[in-house]
Amino acid sequence: MSERLFLKGNEAIARAAIAAGMRCYFGYPITPQNDIPEFLSTELPKVGGEFVQAESEIAAANMLLGAAACGVRAMTSSSSPGISLMQEAISYMAGSELPGVIVNMNRGGPGLGDIGPSQGDYFQSTRGGGHGDYRTLVLAPGTVQEAYDLTLLAFELAFRYRNPVLLLGDAILGQMKEPVTPRVPQQTTDPEAETWCLTGAVQRPGRVLKSLFLDDGALAEHNTRLAAKYQAMETESRAESFLVDDAQLVVVAYGSIGRIAKSTVRKLRAAGHRVGLVRPITLFPFPTAILRDLALAGKRFLTIEHNLGQMVDDVRLAVRTVTDSAFYGHLPGNLPTPNDFEAPILAALGH
Amino acid sequence: MPARVQFREDRCKGCLLCVQACPSGIILQSSRFNQLGYKIAEIPHERMQECKGCAFCALMCPDYAITVFKIEEDA
Amino acid sequence: MQEIPVTRYPEVLIDRPTHYCPGCQHGIAHRLVAEALTDLGVVERTIAVSSIGCSVFLYNYLNLDTVEAPHGRAPAVATGVKRARPEAIVFTYQGDGDLASIGMAEIIHCANRGERVTVIFVNNTVYGMTGGQMAPTTLLGQKTTTCPGGRCLEREGAPIRMAEIIASLGGTAYCARVAVNTVKNVMRAKKAIRNAFQYQLDGKGFSFVEVLATCPTNWRLSPTAANERVATEMIPYFPLGTFQDCAATEEV
Repeated sequence: MSERLFLKGNEAIARAAIAAGMRCYFGYPITPQNDIPEFLSTELPKVGGEFVQAESEIAAANMLLGAAACGVRAMTSSSSPGISLMQEAISYMAGSELPGVIVNMNRGGPGLGDIGPSQGDYFQSTRGGGHGDYRTLVLAPGTVQEAYDLTLLAFELAFRYRNPVLLLGDAILGQMKEPVTPRVPQQTTDPEAETWCLTGAVQRPGRVLKSLFLDDGALAEHNTRLAAKYQAMETESRAESFLVDDAQLVVVAYGSIGRIAKSTVRKLRAAGHRVGLVRPITLFPFPTAILRDLALAGKRFLTIEHNLGQMVDDVRLAVRTVTDSAFYGHLPGNLPTPNDFEAPILAALGH
Repeated sequence: MPARVQFREDRCKGCLLCVQACPSGIILQSSRFNQLGYKIAEIPHERMQECKGCAFCALMCPDYAITVFKIEEDA
Repeated sequence: MQEIPVTRYPEVLIDRPTHYCPGCQHGIAHRLVAEALTDLGVVERTIAVSSIGCSVFLYNYLNLDTVEAPHGRAPAVATGVKRARPEAIVFTYQGDGDLASIGMAEIIHCANRGERVTVIFVNNTVYGMTGGQMAPTTLLGQKTTTCPGGRCLEREGAPIRMAEIIASLGGTAYCARVAVNTVKNVMRAKKAIRNAFQYQLDGKGFSFVEVLATCPTNWRLSPTAANERVATEMIPYFPLGTFQDCAATEEV
């Protein structure tokens, strides 16, 4: 397809969701993701889909749970405070093994924070977020094109693993406009869902989708099976590696910050500094192997985040026993430029 | 004998809502216990003939422990 | 001479002992739902949403496709189910803690949107499964484990009358309060539950049936005394009747 569109990140995600065959969307207004429900309120009914403005993020996420139980492609979107409210349903979805896509356009926190970009939800996103022992797949696009592409992937992965998938952006990604080539997804329905989803019990016993396991040993068995599933997700880990082969220092940054750091790396390269970048695209599973191989090859690391230091824990875990990672945190409240990262990178290089 | 009431004794929890519902007043609490340890409901054999087959007892039983049969003489 | 069974339990009702306490009327309410779905011939297209509390195990007793909702969220989950499968008959089965306290926002908005779903609301004025704590429907003066001196108007407010609230919302097509304490009331309850599902089947809007029921264990009463309390204390505060019926309104 040669068509090119000039889209905001939020709209790219909304369009990609429709292209991916999403037929139910449930949302609640919150900045900075309102373009998603606004777009879908008009466009989703045109393709026979259902748009519901829920009474809260709690309700929106539980509507997602209900639609997911029916085996249809469904999505909700919100931003940090709203995602906190959704965690109950996300935990139940993980426990009941229900597929769904949740978009978080990360804003500053804690509490009401601000409405600007932030990466303060990294821990919440990658550690399950709600109560109990579970994980969600987390995809972190750095460009609007990638936001489109990863939205398509999110639905695929949700059904492949019968698990919630979180698409983690921020106010930068949601609000900026870039050219996008709308790719055509390979799959827009999930016929294999017919083996587990709720259709009405015709000529078979009723199916129960639940997360309650009271019998002796039942929960242990269930959680062990979930753990095996999370382990199997490792094959989905993705990262962009940029000029790392001869680098002395590898910058690790994700999402829009990864993309800004890439500009800094390019600029410092032009000035002769041997610096590279790894931009994790999946935050769970985390691209541990890539980082560990680089550590074994003698690289040093600097993690840059738009928070006080969260992903740096995962980088340190990835390179442990070999080396460590330095950290630079850009604080919320303003948009970082490539220049902001120059000094910390040079300092980590030892200049 | 127009009707017969059958109690699934293993299901009865001895709540006696059937006793409360029976218009003929023929259901009583037995002195026997079932396997769950409940004193079950029963109709003494000699009073079964008073049953009119209204099935109110079954209607009120929360444990689906009662089946009522109407008895028809063959023509 | 031949014996003809007067009582017939619908096939969708699973033949197994329930976990409910002696005299608990969830069993009656389950049976009435099973009978309504069977009578309307919709068992095979029904999707149930179970809630939190004693009735979470609904799926152990009704052989239906079922999804388990978080506490109070069943109406939101049912909304998602119905929007995904509009051809399905969708119902939630919720207790008073679940529906009238933690799930108040979800039930109000589900009704107000006029979602084509049915809600069976079992009101026994107490949190049963967690051990008899005060519920939003606990009657004034009623002792529970968290209002041991009896519910007090000044401190805890008045018990909430859900059927009246639900009836006042624009999307509600049918709303009734019934009891299952007497044979007559069970027959009426059966009719109301059947009506509720019929209205959903006809696409008329949201339907709601509040079922007054006992919790002998947490009321510290024998099952028969608890059943008497329904008539002497509950019904005077929670009057029985049909509070909304769009078909009746249309006729006027």
